[in-house]
Amino acid sequence: MSVEKPVGIVLVSHSGPVAAAVAELARGLAGSGPEAPLAAAGGTPDGGLGTSSELITAAAAEVDRGAGVALLVDLGSAVLTVKTLLIDGDELPDGARLIDAPFVEGAVAAVVTASAGGDLDAVEAAAAEAYSYRKT
Amino acid sequence: MPDQEPDPTLDAAFFRRWLIATAAAVEREADRLTELDSAIGDADHGSNLQRGFRAVTAVLEKESPATPAAVLTLAGRQLISTVGGASGPLYGTLLRRTGKALGDEPEVSHATLAEALGAGVAAVAQLGGAKAGDKTMLDALEPAVTALGTSFGAAAEAAEAGAAATVPMQAHKGRASYLGERSIGHQDPGATSAALLIAALGTAAEESR
Repeated sequence: MSVEKPVGIVLVSHSGPVAAAVAELARGLAGSGPEAPLAAAGGTPDGGLGTSSELITAAAAEVDRGAGVALLVDLGSAVLTVKTLLIDGDELPDGARLIDAPFVEGAVAAVVTASAGGDLDAVEAAAAEAYSYRKT
Repeated sequence: MPDQEPDPTLDAAFFRRWLIATAAAVEREADRLTELDSAIGDADHGSNLQRGFRAVTAVLEKESPATPAAVLTLAGRQLISTVGGASGPLYGTLLRRTGKALGDEPEVSHATLAEALGAGVAAVAQLGGAKAGDKTMLDALEPAVTALGTSFGAAAEAAEAGAAATVPMQAHKGRASYLGERSIGHQDPGATSAALLIAALGTAAEESR
């Protein structure tokens, strides 16, 4: 399936290295072919632990191709900051959506699905499905 | 105990004084907030709020919003973009929703402020999915809103008492919730900073006299 307008994906973590590493993992597992636009927004702008609304809005703008942007988040302030930006309505691209999913597993599922041409609903469903996979 | 003094004019200048007084209180108490947060959180509440309220002070020195709502909206935005921790979106939402509920009037009544702050606190509860008793800022804010109908002094006392009442609580939200019963016995840093914000209303009122 060709990806005309792929869903963009933003990974928001408390930690810059965590967001970057999860992005690398998801890219590595997405397979060959065109890859959905993906950006990491981890930590604070000065490299500390925390959440930066600037990094998030910049990442979302970077990956937006007009088909919506899926935001996956890890903990506390990452969740609250993205929710707050979504309530504002004008900070994130149209069709931006907070995806309720486990961060690592959800990111892989989201990138694979978006790279295969799935729309935002399909990306959300694939990422959320990771919750139902029990490990024991 | 109701205030003996009449209410000050609740205009943009009052709201600016409120936030600058909060920033001063955060500067004064930053070490204590961080100390409380080191017991049950990640030891950054004081420094995070200090960064946020310094940005609020800086923007209020540079810009002159004309209405109470505009002051709160501008300040809330600064907190969301500079704090870096959960208190940023929570306090940012509190100020902006309160501002939105004030409308576009150049002056508001005491009753309007009490009602608007109630709307702001409700938005915080919704955003964080927390309720009173969860050992969060809501434990100071909710009683403060109720007491604000009486006076700023009563609100400050209620917020202080609400923050103190978090000591025996077990945390159900945020990083502290991972500690389970070990979160008991420590005052919640968010409720403590919320009490500073409410007490600063009284400071702003005094400064107008």
